[in-house]
Amino acid sequence: MGFITNNILSIILFSPTVVALVLLFLPQGGKKLLRWVTLLGCLIPFGFSLLLWFSFKADTPGFQFETQTLWYGAISSSFHLGVDGLSLTMVLLTTLLTPVAILASFSITERVKPYMILFLLLETGMLGVFLSLDLLLFFVFWEVGLVPMYFLINQWGSEKGERELWGGRKVSARTYASFKFMIYTMAGSLGLLLAIQMIGVSFRTYDLTKLFSLFPAVTQLANIPLNLSLETVKTIAFWAFVIAFAIKVPVWPFHTWLPDAHTEAPTAGSMILAGVLLKLGAYGFLRLVLPLYPQEAHLYAGALAFLAVMGIIFGALAAYGQDDFKRLVAYSSVNHMGFVVLGIAAAAYAAGSKDAVLALNGAVLQMFNHGLSAAAMFFLVGVIYERAHTRNLNDFGGLFPLIPVYGGILIFTSMASLGLPGLNGFVSEFLVVRGSWPIFTVFTALSMIGLFFTGAYILKGIKKVLHGPTNEQWVGHITEINLREIIVISPLMFLMLWIGVWPAWILGVINSAMQVLFKG
Amino acid sequence: MRFPILSVIVLTPIIAGMLILLIPSDRKNVVRYVALAAATIALLLSAWVYFSYDISISGYQFIEKYNWLPQLGISYYVGVDGMNAPLVLLTGVVMFTGVLISWGIDDRPREFFAFLFILASGVFGVFVAQDLFMLFFFYEIAVFPMYLLISIWGWIKTREYAAMKLTLYLFIGSLVSLVGGLAMYFGSGKNTFDMIQLSQANFSESFQIFWFPFVFFGFAVLGGIFPFHNWSPDGHVAAPTAVSMFHAGVLMKLGAFAALRVGIMLLPVGAQHWRWLILILALVNVVYGAFIAMVQTDFKYVIGFSSVSHMGLVMLGFATLNKDGLIGSGIQMFSHGVMTALFFAVVGMVYDRAHTREIGELGGFSKKMPWVAVAFIIGGLVSMGMPGLSGFVAEFPIFMGVWQVKPIIAIIASISIVITASYIIRIIGRVFFGPISEEFDHHVGDVTIKDKVALTILCVIMITVGVYPSIMSNLVSSGVDRILSLFGGA
Repeated sequence: MGFITNNILSIILFSPTVVALVLLFLPQGGKKLLRWVTLLGCLIPFGFSLLLWFSFKADTPGFQFETQTLWYGAISSSFHLGVDGLSLTMVLLTTLLTPVAILASFSITERVKPYMILFLLLETGMLGVFLSLDLLLFFVFWEVGLVPMYFLINQWGSEKGERELWGGRKVSARTYASFKFMIYTMAGSLGLLLAIQMIGVSFRTYDLTKLFSLFPAVTQLANIPLNLSLETVKTIAFWAFVIAFAIKVPVWPFHTWLPDAHTEAPTAGSMILAGVLLKLGAYGFLRLVLPLYPQEAHLYAGALAFLAVMGIIFGALAAYGQDDFKRLVAYSSVNHMGFVVLGIAAAAYAAGSKDAVLALNGAVLQMFNHGLSAAAMFFLVGVIYERAHTRNLNDFGGLFPLIPVYGGILIFTSMASLGLPGLNGFVSEFLVVRGSWPIFTVFTALSMIGLFFTGAYILKGIKKVLHGPTNEQWVGHITEINLREIIVISPLMFLMLWIGVWPAWILGVINSAMQVLFKG
Repeated sequence: MRFPILSVIVLTPIIAGMLILLIPSDRKNVVRYVALAAATIALLLSAWVYFSYDISISGYQFIEKYNWLPQLGISYYVGVDGMNAPLVLLTGVVMFTGVLISWGIDDRPREFFAFLFILASGVFGVFVAQDLFMLFFFYEIAVFPMYLLISIWGWIKTREYAAMKLTLYLFIGSLVSLVGGLAMYFGSGKNTFDMIQLSQANFSESFQIFWFPFVFFGFAVLGGIFPFHNWSPDGHVAAPTAVSMFHAGVLMKLGAFAALRVGIMLLPVGAQHWRWLILILALVNVVYGAFIAMVQTDFKYVIGFSSVSHMGLVMLGFATLNKDGLIGSGIQMFSHGVMTALFFAVVGMVYDRAHTREIGELGGFSKKMPWVAVAFIIGGLVSMGMPGLSGFVAEFPIFMGVWQVKPIIAIIASISIVITASYIIRIIGRVFFGPISEEFDHHVGDVTIKDKVALTILCVIMITVGVYPSIMSNLVSSGVDRILSLFGGA
């Protein structure tokens, strides 16, 4: 038991990799075996993160379960892991969504082995970001997660569609989307990489627990280029961090990779992309940007809030304008993640105040909630796509009588996404709005417009699929959601309801972390 | 007497090469197995040297010294430190995998392996030499067989042109540095070629500033420094697979290493004077090489120019003259060697089956040779500097080092990361995925088990260094400390 509690983070982090190595030696043809081994393997980190959740002491400030060993001694970077309430919530989300997504991928029949291996490596990459307390290690995992996602979209993505590149050459839509995803994220990380190097060169350490106190109070940085002043350099570095994370969240106007990537990815890929990968960006804001750059964050919080509101409004409008069901859900992510950024911006402006803590609680809970509801929505889109082989909303219509169970689930999930009181989305959006209102009154009021259109596009989706005159072509052709799919969606639905009715169990953990992190 | 391990490493290939020449030319399999045995011995011994080097003592180890021509101050003097131990291991690895991959060579394999092994001996010799004369001696041995290997076994369309161009470039380079070397020999007044003694010769400042460019740039031609790089893509493309592996994987490091060992370490004041020029030229290498690689349509040329870009990073690290940059360069030499050996091996495997290297004509090869596709993807990620693999471990300290000297150069150089990503992704997409043409669908088969073993070894090395960088960084770091001590303090 001592071994487990001492190394629980490393176990959670690396158990997916170990399972991936096991898969490597299983026969290519044994698809059933591969699927079940992966599913059971994914339950290992989930089990350990439950154990972590219950042995975590919410009222103790600081990081818990820390482990630290030297990793790259020559540039003094160490393998330093630890969790607080923020990362714990995200770890739970990741380890919960991965087995769900794996179960959703049981319908993959082509090249199951590499698919499962990539998925497991992706999980390690994502968990690594949430667990790292070393800036370089953070960056390592940040980039590592890109590769499996690229191949998941590129190889198992939707087979239809073509896009034109410059020069008129046509490529398949999934190639286009995966390339855009990769280059966007890599280009975004470039500034982050350079800023990290500057920090590393100046302090000769990448340890975040030390940098949190060293960097904001810095009076001199090594080798400032072009004789810029310290403030300018810090501002540039701040924006380098912000852009890297803003692309991932995504914050308007850096979001254009997202609709393509989400739409082309395989169902489980979209689930993880929307459910966890977007949270990496928001997590970067909370873990790195706010603690490392409190002054700059305060200074530019207004700009960030503006972008967030634009994301909320335009995301909703764009979602309303879509005819492709999956694209609609993809744009809804831009809309929902806007609230996360709004909460973060409000907190950055008024760090330390009670409102700021409320807004942050809302933002973190919104990250968790959006993880649940976006994953569920993408899954439901995938379910109907597998049966109808189309995602065009105009081709559906009146399906409720044909597939009543699916219809009920879709309505429930849509309502959670819309923010119906009693379900999870309401709690977090209300907290964000309540927290930001006194800080950015105008922006928050404007975001209400976005919220209105959220209702509109969600209802559009439901109406076009389920209601109206029945499209005769589906009678007798479309089948009800099956048991496996219900098992996939039920834990998500359960959590949506539970958080909606009694959010205290999770807010307690988040709140204590926010109190400690941003007491001002 | 202690076992003369370095001499055995240096002499094994050349002795094996001579033995191979004695085998009747029709017994090709015997030739191959003798070659494999020799390569195995060299690999095991170089791994032994690498892992038994004692970092806590540091300095030169496994030293052997015999007078060779004492009247002129020439001695046979070899030893390894933290800087060249990884390169010895690299040579062992590339030699071993090169033999495995050349198994299918059917045109005069006897002569092919013999020349390849003479070259290998020369390479080992340069890396371990502590005597300037010996270094030049082995250097020429390493360069000369290249001409024959390319012009006889190379790509029929360009082999004669490329072989001639490459050889002339490298001879001119080595002549220029030889002049610099002789200047040092006479300038020191010590009547010795012993590099450890030469490094204590206290050359005057003007002497160092004058002669440094001769020595450094003479060797750096082989390292592919801009604007003397353009022999290298032509040479790489024309050479047969194993020779390309050797050439890009090891020989370019030979140039870079010699430029460091003779140029920077013996003439430190000169290095400080000229570092700006090196920084700028290397920066051009890095960025320009990446852009040129991006627009190539020939698979092998893409890899050839990517080597130019990556070797630029090595030189960039040298020019920082600080600890981070030099550690990065040391690891980058190893990492790039392994990576590019893998690249050229893959290109060779694709070409052998498709008989074309036009990227536009290829496609869908992952279906036919999944193992090769995975290996190439791992190599590609290393090339992109993806964290968790050896490329990142090498490039990150280089950038840190450059940041300390001139941040703006680090910022410009970082553009190459995105460019590299885009051309690597393009190749992966066009060559290994996408639709396969009907012709290839019928004719192309999977690679042999020997090929797979070779690729796996290279991949495992890149992943190991990436995940656990201390396995190499501590060693290189001890070597770098010695270099920095020449600059008066760490």
